[in-house]
Amino acid sequence: MSYEFLQNYWWCLIALLGGLLVALMFVQGANLHLGNRVLSDIQKRMILNSTGRKWELTFTTLVTFGGAFFASFPLFYSTSFGGAYWVWVLLLITFVFQAVAYEFQNKKENLLGVKSFRVALMCNGFLAPFLVGTAVGTFFTGSDFTVNKVAITDPSAPVISTWGNAWHGLEALGQYHAVLLGCTLVLLTAILGALYVLNNVSDDDINAQMRRTIKLSIIPFLVFFLGWTVILLCRDGYAVSADGTVFMEHYKYLHNLLAMPAVLVMLLAGVVLVLYSIWIGAFTKSRKGIWFAMPGTVLVVMAVFFLAGFNNTAYYPSCTDLQSSLTIRNSSSSYFTLQVMSCVSLLIPFVVAYIAYAWHQMDRKKITAEEITAEEHKY
Amino acid sequence: MDVVIWSRIQFAMTAAYHWLFVPLTLGLALAMAVMETLYVVKKDPFWKKAAQFWIKLFAINFAVGIATGIILEFEFGTNWSNYSWMVGDMFGAPLAIEGILAFFMEATFFAVMFFGWNKVSPKFHLASTWLTGIGATISAYWILVANGWMQNPVGTTFNPDTVRSEMASAAAFWEVISNPVAVSKFCHAVTSGWVTGGIFVVGVSAWYLLKNRHVEFARRSLLIGAIVGLVGSGTVMLSGDSSGVHAAEFQPMKLAAAEGLVDGGNGAAFTIVPGIKVPHMLSLLATHDWNGFVPGINDILKGYTDNNGNVVPSVAEKMAMGRRALDALAVYRETEDPMVKAMAEAVLDDNVQYMGYGHLSAPEDVVPPVGVVFWSFRFMIGLGMLIALVLLLALIAVWKDKLGSWKWLLWASIICIPLAYICGQCGWMVAEVGRQPWTIQGLLPVNVAISSLSTGAVKTTFFVFLAVFALFLVIEIRIMLGAIRKGPEVEPKDA
Repeated sequence: MSYEFLQNYWWCLIALLGGLLVALMFVQGANLHLGNRVLSDIQKRMILNSTGRKWELTFTTLVTFGGAFFASFPLFYSTSFGGAYWVWVLLLITFVFQAVAYEFQNKKENLLGVKSFRVALMCNGFLAPFLVGTAVGTFFTGSDFTVNKVAITDPSAPVISTWGNAWHGLEALGQYHAVLLGCTLVLLTAILGALYVLNNVSDDDINAQMRRTIKLSIIPFLVFFLGWTVILLCRDGYAVSADGTVFMEHYKYLHNLLAMPAVLVMLLAGVVLVLYSIWIGAFTKSRKGIWFAMPGTVLVVMAVFFLAGFNNTAYYPSCTDLQSSLTIRNSSSSYFTLQVMSCVSLLIPFVVAYIAYAWHQMDRKKITAEEITAEEHKY
Repeated sequence: MDVVIWSRIQFAMTAAYHWLFVPLTLGLALAMAVMETLYVVKKDPFWKKAAQFWIKLFAINFAVGIATGIILEFEFGTNWSNYSWMVGDMFGAPLAIEGILAFFMEATFFAVMFFGWNKVSPKFHLASTWLTGIGATISAYWILVANGWMQNPVGTTFNPDTVRSEMASAAAFWEVISNPVAVSKFCHAVTSGWVTGGIFVVGVSAWYLLKNRHVEFARRSLLIGAIVGLVGSGTVMLSGDSSGVHAAEFQPMKLAAAEGLVDGGNGAAFTIVPGIKVPHMLSLLATHDWNGFVPGINDILKGYTDNNGNVVPSVAEKMAMGRRALDALAVYRETEDPMVKAMAEAVLDDNVQYMGYGHLSAPEDVVPPVGVVFWSFRFMIGLGMLIALVLLLALIAVWKDKLGSWKWLLWASIICIPLAYICGQCGWMVAEVGRQPWTIQGLLPVNVAISSLSTGAVKTTFFVFLAVFALFLVIEIRIMLGAIRKGPEVEPKDA
């Protein structure tokens, strides 16, 4: 297999992991309801215990997404993480609090009280999709960095990837197009969370609240999502010529979409699935919306990654120095590392299979109020 | 202090906190899996209750391990940007494999283990308990492959076109994962976790015995804890011995620092504490040869001939060659003239193995803080031996039925719990402080591995993380003590 093939294959895997990460952020969306005033404490604990069985999957997907990006496109890891420092640190801190919040919140020795940990989970519920969305948004708007590999020979300033401003990533909050994607993701995960709880928890009040959430989210979600998409298709994009030179091209992402019909189909199929799940979640008695929403989300996110990276596009562009922009070709691991990693990736279906099996075993019975009051092993 | 120091302090602090939670995860996982196996095999509900109690403590500890672990992974990128690029091709792979193979296993089966008592069959539950522990162990293997590679970077070549160390061939990956340093590190670290888990179970059980609560539960748990801990202790000693041999072979400066050996020689003595030496012992341990040559700090600085007859150049010579390599690399990258480029490449090839030394400013830079390494090494060994002794006595006490009368042993077991943590921390200080100034031994010193951040930014995150982790540690200890005080939910007759 050629080097180019393996690089593309790994971009597909990164896109897949990104898609799974967003889809699994139903955990974050559902946790926003821990502050819902209509729900009783027991009902909140039902939601908490429902997401409590899944949060580690989301968390692990984030870790694996990071690890896979490191292994396959290390220049992204070194440039973005070391450069957009504050964005990633902020994201990590919300996840760190999430990691302990489940186990700690209902213990009387926890010092901070149950409320603080719930607030921490809600902060994570909002900030995680928002920051991830905004960060992915910069795949299209560009960031303020330079990559200079000769720097390593200069002992006084040896760092290869340097960020151009002291905001270290927070400046993306001033780029409305990137922020639009962040907001879109917050609403999408709120919908996913509601659909998940609808499916996983058996309680009339909770279900009513979830359907209400979905209804309230529809209009803003569509406005943000369509707004982001229209601007994306109209904006100039970062194209790469045959010799690797990066240049600006009008309607680059529209061109990408038209040049890759498969991506167009993925995008449309994904959108249809998500809209269908919203429809049955909001306006029918069905509780199965999540089973359409998650694959739909994966398809849409993958299509977004493909638009950013394929068809000779720089996926992590630098608006400061165009030629520093990262492409699938110039930022990847070596041929041999990608070969080894590709062999390892053959195990992924096996991993997915045991996760699905365990999940199925655990979720055969929906969560009820009796379980939360009686069961001793709970959060 | 500059950004290099603060980046190091931040990483060290995160790693140290992480290692407060990991050993107990590894060790307790084994103990509770054994107990649950006894339940499933013997159908004795006593063991179910016992396993459930230890699993409860496991879960409290597990959460903080995850929280500190995610920060560690991302700090490679956030604070060690150059490192991520220059060795990401080698280092990223084990990290990604750790995620794919180990973390999902841990995450999935932890949830089944914790919530699944009334949802899945006893056998599936038992499998989940084992798989949670196995997942944690596999995770340890991959991260120690990555760490072992940093101590002994095998299977890599420098590519001037990409300016990084790359996998030399697909087969070189085998060299990376079977790296002898990684293998002995894995055995050493994981089984030291068994010791921690073992002494934890023994100590907590001892407390119940002293309080005369849950006596039957405590006796039986104590026996299992002592066995797990002793098996761990034995393996720790064996793998510690091979770690010493590897240090002598691949990181002689680390060994010299750990021994405080200024001038080496043949038949070198082992210093137990300053003033008390065992003749020839160091040579025997480091080279498995009574008269083997062990270089001291001065030998390494000035150059020496090793046991295989290879001449090791002085650090000053290595620095000169490293500087030549870096200059050639700059020419190679910037010239347009193919002739000049070819010449630069030839110079680079001749000197590339010492390129990392080109970043140093003085030969003495290669000497790590000797005092810290020397004393951590001694505390690690001393405490490790003490804990092994206490575990052995605990086993004898169970066997001779002396648990009721040997109160001092019960107290000693409790005191050994914090000592086990100090022991583990000392071990990592030897390994990580001992390899300074290198991030990657011989290839990349810490001062070029960093990100381009202001000192203030790194200081800020350091104090934020410190505050958060300290808070979590305090809460975890409080919850843990609360759960221990409450005790297992075994039958009243045991109480």
